[in-house]
Amino acid sequence: MLSKRWQDKAMRLILTACASTSILIVVLIFIFLGKEAAPFAAGPGLAALADDHWTPVSFVKERFGLWPLAAGSLAVTVMAILMAAPLGVLGAVYISEIARPWEREVLKPFIEILAGIPSVVLGFFGLVVVAPLVKQMFDLNTGLTALTGAILLALMAIPTIISVSEDAIHAVPAAYKQASMALGASPVQTMWRVTVPAALPGILAANLLGMGRVIGETMAVMMVTGNAAVVTFSPLESVRTMTATIAAEMGEVSLGGTHYQALFCIGLVLLIVTFGLNHVAQVILRRYEKRA
Amino acid sequence: MRRSADWLSIWGLRVVTYGIVVVIGYIVFDIARRGMPALSWEFLTGRPRNGGAAGGIFPAIVGTFYLVIGTVAVAIPLGMASAVYLSEYAHQGRWTRTIRNAITTLAGVPSIVFGLFGLGLFVLTMRFGASILAGSLTLACMVLPTIIVASEEALRAVPRAFREGSLALGATQWQSIFKSVLPYALPGMLTGAILGVGRAAGETAPILLTAAAFYLPKLPRSVFDPVMALPYHLYVLATQHPASDQVRPLQYGSALVLLLLVLAANLGAIVLRSHMRKKYRW
Repeated sequence: MLSKRWQDKAMRLILTACASTSILIVVLIFIFLGKEAAPFAAGPGLAALADDHWTPVSFVKERFGLWPLAAGSLAVTVMAILMAAPLGVLGAVYISEIARPWEREVLKPFIEILAGIPSVVLGFFGLVVVAPLVKQMFDLNTGLTALTGAILLALMAIPTIISVSEDAIHAVPAAYKQASMALGASPVQTMWRVTVPAALPGILAANLLGMGRVIGETMAVMMVTGNAAVVTFSPLESVRTMTATIAAEMGEVSLGGTHYQALFCIGLVLLIVTFGLNHVAQVILRRYEKRA
Repeated sequence: MRRSADWLSIWGLRVVTYGIVVVIGYIVFDIARRGMPALSWEFLTGRPRNGGAAGGIFPAIVGTFYLVIGTVAVAIPLGMASAVYLSEYAHQGRWTRTIRNAITTLAGVPSIVFGLFGLGLFVLTMRFGASILAGSLTLACMVLPTIIVASEEALRAVPRAFREGSLALGATQWQSIFKSVLPYALPGMLTGAILGVGRAAGETAPILLTAAAFYLPKLPRSVFDPVMALPYHLYVLATQHPASDQVRPLQYGSALVLLLLVLAANLGAIVLRSHMRKKYRW
């Protein structure tokens, strides 16, 4: 009898330890990114990151300005969200409010398939299909532009936006809709004026989560944006994002060198930005859950 | 008047939704149509020749397989144990809240940041080098949240009465969980595990920095060897190859194999889930 109780206690301890590894991993991620990035602050100094040129390998002067990369990430992300948000939210409204049950059973797994396509495959599709299309449509020298990247990123954000928005719309209490219909509104009027506005915080959170995914996406953007590290906000020019810079340059740096540290600085910035976005989204979702 | 406005709304939404479906369908169709001709026995079982311009992708398939096995071995036990703790033992306390916050944070960390983390911790500090071990551990950290969230959901779907019945007969809490909760939750937990693993198989950015090599003359012989991997192979063939237009069929072939692998995992998970929903109703 005693041994059974010991077994119970031991299992409890083991499971607690396993669950706590998630905390350990998060802490280690921050520690290791910070540890590798820190010497940069001591060497060239954080002010060097505010430079407006990213030329980490140079015979004249190595410059580690994050602006061109941050501008690239920002331009691509904003364009992607501008495309993905309307499509994703409208899709979610349709699936949640209009689709018949059998239709929903078919549509949801189909959208999940999009979420499952590996980003490198999507990037490849962008390279051979979307880029030539963009090139032809705008009569450019190359189809590898910020716009091409944004189109692919929009495709990656759509599943996240649809599934989280759909949950939020679905969670709106039936009493809201009944009250609206009892006052003589049609189902469609109820949907636009009552259900969707009531779900707005959840829809906002869905878009923030989608944005977090877009900023952190690496392979697809690296393959199709052309990777020129210049500050531009024209959608038809080549840009280089923060993620693509890390992935493309890490293979060629000397370990522990200034360039290597600068890449970890970019990683740290990315980590903090996505952490912030996700945190805000979670706070909104939690408050929303309490109210509903 | 109101009627026609309603009708417009409904059809507008329908067009948008099915538009998305058509785009997804086209991506899969395009890769299937142009990848199919490249698939052959030689392509699947041969080694790359002429720097990837000819031959097959066998070592890359094997490499991805090894990485997935390593990821599974670490992430599934850890993820399932975490889920059992969260669903069966955890009280609403500060520690539990911290664990949950950590899991949502992990779910949002960009894959390239996992790559940097793996490089700093596993490759350099622990001196594993660019290897199967370092790559698998990095991927395991990345898919952990997916597995935990899905497993917890499966555990919560088992009715309370199952636990209470067992406890009332004098079983300890662990006995109750092991004998009368886990067996019913296991299929659902596996669904989550498959989804997580499918994601790991298709990821490129983390293994780029921790495990992958474009060409290796030999298959890896220990967990400390680097490997070739399908996603990385496709990336290099598509962007770094000097004659990338000529090797297009091989690129499509690699993309199709990778896509089939990941979609098969997803489809398996979806089928398993709907099967379970029908089998167990309480």
